[in-house]
Formats: sequence, C-alpha cells, structure tokens
Amino acid sequence: MSPEFILGIAIAGTLTGAVYGLMALGLSAIFGVMRVVNFAHGEMMVGGMYIAYLLYKTMGLDPIMMLPVAALGLFVVGYLLQRYLVNYFIEVPEHVQFLLLLAVAMVFTNAFLMIFGPDARGVQLPYAFDSYNVGPLVIDKVRLIAAVIAVLIAALLGLFFAKTRTGKAIRACADNLTGAQVVGLDVKHLYAVTFGLGAACVGAGGALMLLLVDVHPHLTTDYTLLGFIIVIIGGLGSLPGALLGGVLIGLSEAFAGFFLAASMKSMFAFGLLILVLLFRPNGLLGRGA
Amino acid sequence: MTRTSTLFPLGRRTLLKSAAAGAALAALPMRRLHAAAPLKLGVLLPRSGFLALIGQACQRGVDMGLPVLKDMGYDIEVMNADTESSPDVGRTQAEKLIREGAQMLMGTFDSATTMSVAQVAEQKGIPFVVNIASDPKITEQGYKYTFRVFPTSPQLGAGGMGLMKTLFAQTGTTPKTAVFMHVNDSFGMSMLAGVNALMPKLEMPFKIVETIAYDPRAKDLSIEVAKAKAAKADMHMVVTRLNDAILMVREMVKQQYETQGIISPGSPGMYERQFAKTLGKYADYCVTNIPWFDPRSDLNKELEPRFTKAFPDETYDINFGFTFEAVLVAADAYKRAGSANPQALTEALRKTSIAKRLLTGTAIAFDEKGQNNGNQVVAVQNRDGKPQVVLPDQFAVMKPVYPVPAWSKR
Repeated sequence: MSPEFILGIAIAGTLTGAVYGLMALGLSAIFGVMRVVNFAHGEMMVGGMYIAYLLYKTMGLDPIMMLPVAALGLFVVGYLLQRYLVNYFIEVPEHVQFLLLLAVAMVFTNAFLMIFGPDARGVQLPYAFDSYNVGPLVIDKVRLIAAVIAVLIAALLGLFFAKTRTGKAIRACADNLTGAQVVGLDVKHLYAVTFGLGAACVGAGGALMLLLVDVHPHLTTDYTLLGFIIVIIGGLGSLPGALLGGVLIGLSEAFAGFFLAASMKSMFAFGLLILVLLFRPNGLLGRGA
Repeated sequence: MTRTSTLFPLGRRTLLKSAAAGAALAALPMRRLHAAAPLKLGVLLPRSGFLALIGQACQRGVDMGLPVLKDMGYDIEVMNADTESSPDVGRTQAEKLIREGAQMLMGTFDSATTMSVAQVAEQKGIPFVVNIASDPKITEQGYKYTFRVFPTSPQLGAGGMGLMKTLFAQTGTTPKTAVFMHVNDSFGMSMLAGVNALMPKLEMPFKIVETIAYDPRAKDLSIEVAKAKAAKADMHMVVTRLNDAILMVREMVKQQYETQGIISPGSPGMYERQFAKTLGKYADYCVTNIPWFDPRSDLNKELEPRFTKAFPDETYDINFGFTFEAVLVAADAYKRAGSANPQALTEALRKTSIAKRLLTGTAIAFDEKGQNNGNQVVAVQNRDGKPQVVLPDQFAVMKPVYPVPAWSKR
C-alpha cells in the first residue's frame, strides 16, 4: 500500500470528520450550558438541509452561499423552541426532558415527511464532481470547502463565547446559575440564545452536509445518533471536544473502511465510543464530574 | 298426523327441506357475487425509507397497470401498504392487509422484506406474488403460497456474467482483473455468493482482485471507492441499489478512478432515471445485465407511450415492468380461478402461463417451487441518459461501447 494512498485516506477522513464535528458542536454547546440533551438534534440538521435545498431548488442558490440563511432559520427555531417549550422543562428530571425532545424530534420528522415526502433530494452543483490534484493526492473539492467552513464556524463560535458580552454571560450561566441570576442576567433569554446558537450550528452543518449527502426525512435518527457518539467521545459540553470527536470518528471510519472491511466502519465508531466510556467517561476533552 | 312443537311450528323434515332450499337459493347469487367482485390485492412496496425511489417506481406499475388490466378484462381492487424499506414493517403491514380482507398479496421489492411477507402468507394461507426480490431462499423454503415473477440471484448472475463474456468478445477488449463492489443486504450477499460460484463455472476471463461490501444506506462511499481504486483493476463490477450507485459513481469521478467500464451482473440503480438525472453525462456507458422490456412485445408498444405520457419525468424501467407483470399474474389467476378462495387462487397461480409479456423472456409460468424461470437477461447500457439494450443481438437497439471514455473526456 503506497504512502500517498494512506495519506489520501487520512485527509478524506479528516475532512469528513470536520463536518461531523460542526454538526455535533451545537449539541455540545446546548448541553454544556443548559445540561439539556437535545434529542431533536438530527432533525434540526435535516431542517437545515431542507432550507438549503429549498433555496437551491426555488432560486438556484448555492448551499454554501445560503449557509447563513440556514443558520439564521435554525437560530429562530431553536430560540423559540427553548423560550416557549424547553424552558418549562429545565428543572424537571432528565428523563422527562428526553421524552419531550424525543416528541419534538418525531414531530419534526413527520412534518418533513408530510411536506417533502420520502424521496431523497440533492443539489447538482457545477463543482460537485471537482477535485484538486496535490502531487499524487486527489482531494475532493466539496469536502475540502465544507471542512474549512466547519472549522471557521467552530472558531467563530469559540470567539463568541470567549470575547463577547453575551458569550461571557452564557458561560457565567453555565458555570454558576445562581450567581448569574443574582447579578441580574436574563437567564431565560441567554438559554434561548444558546439553544438558538446550537441550532444555528446544526443548521449550518446541514447546509454543508447537503453538498455531500442527499436529504430525506429518515436521515434524522442517523444524525442524532452520530452527534451523540461524537460529543460523548469528545466530551459533552466541550466545543473543541466536539471537533476532535468528529475528526476521530471520520478517521476511524476511513481507516477501518480501508484496511478492514467497509461494512465495519460503524462498528469501529461504536468501538471507539465504548473505549472512551470505559477509560475516559467524561470524554477526551470533557471536564471531570 | 304431523307432530309440531309450539316453539317450532314447522316440522323437522319441513324445516330441513326449507333450509336446504334456502341455502341453495342463497348460494346462487353469492357465486355470482364472487365472480363480479374484484380481487382484493394487498400491495406491499417500500414507498418510504432508503428504497423509497424504487418503491415508488414499482408503485407506478400498479397504478398504471390497473386501467390497462381493466381494458384487458381483469378486475382488481388494490389495497396499498408501505413497508418503509423495513422487513419488520413489511411483516406487520402484510398481517394488517390480510386482517382487512386482502385475498392475495403482491410485493415487496427487497429480498429481506419479501422473506418476512412470505412467512406471513404461509401462516395465513394467502397467496403471495413476488414482483421483485432475487434471494434464492425465497423459493427454496418449500412455501406453498409464494410465487416469484423475478429471476433468482443465481439466474441473474448466470445470465449477467454470460453476457459479460459476449460483451468482451464483441468489443474485442477483455479485462484481466476486476473489483467487485456490492451492497451487503440479503440481495447483495446472495449475488456475491452467485458471482463467486459462477466465476470458475463460467470460466470468466478476469480475476476478482478486491471484493468490497458496503451498507446500502451508506451516506458516503469515498473510502470504499478509494479502496477499489487502490486495487488498480481493469473493470469495476457492482451490485447496487439506487442511492449508493449515485454515491459510488460520483466518488469515482471525483477520485479520477478510471476503468474499462462499470458493469452490474444484475442489480437496480444504474438504469434508473434518478441515476441519470443526478449524474448527467457521468451516468452514461454504465452497463446492467438484467431482464428488460422486449422491444418486440405488443404490450410494451402499448404501455410505453402511455407511461411516458403519464410520467414524463420518470423512467420506464423494470421496477415498473416486473410490478406490472406481477399484478397481471395475480389478476390472471383470479380470472381463471373464478373465486377468491385462497386454495383456488393458489391452484390457478400454479397453472399460470402468460405468453403475452412485457419483458424479455418466455411465457411466465411457475415451477413446483413457485419460481418463474422464463426471464431472459439482456445487457442495458446508458446512452445519452437513457438505458438502451445493446446485447444480445436479437434485442439490441445499438452496439455496446467498451472500454468506455475516461471521465475527463465526456
């Protein structure tokens, strides 16, 4: 096996993993701040895919250019969902939250089925078949663009939490809720902003994912499951952890598929999950309990 | 003197005679009613889930078939059910259809779901006509009520592999090596077993240097295609479904993976409209060896324009063709049975002989296992976005192209 093939596999795995990471980022941010596990995560991602698809289909707009629209659309959905529904369930036991968000997920999936039907729908872009030749390596142009944007969005989200007043206030809520309430922070609004931001990341991830995968309503559960695997490996609540988890899953799938059997890709992702749960239950970059 | 009770003023003999006469009278209109009522056919297809596009293509065979069959003198009432591309859902839906009065079942496109439904049909004693599903086990279980119109995987494989040799001989290019990429569902695995068994038996001129199985629900086949490319084989042999066939060819173009050609020994995907629509010029030259529409058939000449008018954006393909034929088989059996009694229907199905076919092959007839052995495989190559028969010569509408032009030269 030539080294360029192995390097090519590593690059393909890393690029796919970066998009996975972006998808999981929102899930991690929401859990990190509110301790709410968003079971409607995959559904939101598919929502982002459908927004990008509709804009492409009706106006011929490139999903990459429409990424801010998908993110904004999902921000509004996330904000309203948190403000007017999830917020009433913040204090209830976790299993009640799970059931609530599972119900939301089912509503979303069935709404997609009713509106769009079961067909797979994709976009046909002029550069969909393009690739870059770098020496002996062939790098997929779409995957490269998607990965670069995913990393940029992750960096922007990190900057938002680190540098802006709202971001710092959200972190304050996550670190010490009582303290945040005492100093007069509008916790309900900040929680809704966080949920909105998480959903916006997922929406952006969806618009990017549409470049790689055709959208249909039954993708939802696959992406929810994948999102959970990634954030558990990276560490629930850790933004860099989500990216790392995504890249690790992308790499493990790529190498398992290449060196062992392609049909064993998922098995390796789950194997990695079991190992992390055994030896680092809080995830690779998660904080200790 | 006749003794009568106060409770039953008629005598015992009089009562029995009256009852017998009444039953005989009642039976007459009932028999007429049976003949007049349409057959309740439970149609099970994957209209949602990962097989949705193909399931809907099959559904068109039912929907368009009904008025055509009515014109031909057949009477059917369809009860539709969605298997959601899942064997478990298929089983539940089959039970539900039977509870709701289905007198015969038809479906289900994929082998795993077909196996589930065949078990239900067997338990309930309801005849089941299989439109498409190729796992040989379906007709090897000794089932009494299952009848399959579609060929088995070994039949597909034998026909498909045989035609490959003809293709190589006719074009003067014979590959020495091949990669075999296939879905890992029950259909794909039975095709793998068939291909492996046939390679030495048919003395195929090439060697399979890499076999790559993958999940038909895969959302990304970049690694699988990279692995295939690394094998540096002359030919790319595939057994696909639809979505994965699109993903695979898209990756082959992106990774600049050139071969002499992409050939399927008999699987869906590459001849379908969505494949050509999504991949455009890159869909061209892919070859699928499969039973296809007989260009000489009167039924075909009648149906194709009707289909094109009704569904201008859809492909007139064998998902439609085999489903239409399966509905025809069901309707024909009902007409000959003259009754919806399951035993009578089953007996009529056993004696099926339909010479006026839509697809290539001899008359539809079932052997003792319920298998139709009259299908003939032809080579269908995509040309200018349309599947065209290129082999054998008696069905060919144009010459095959092999080796195919490079991706960059299209």
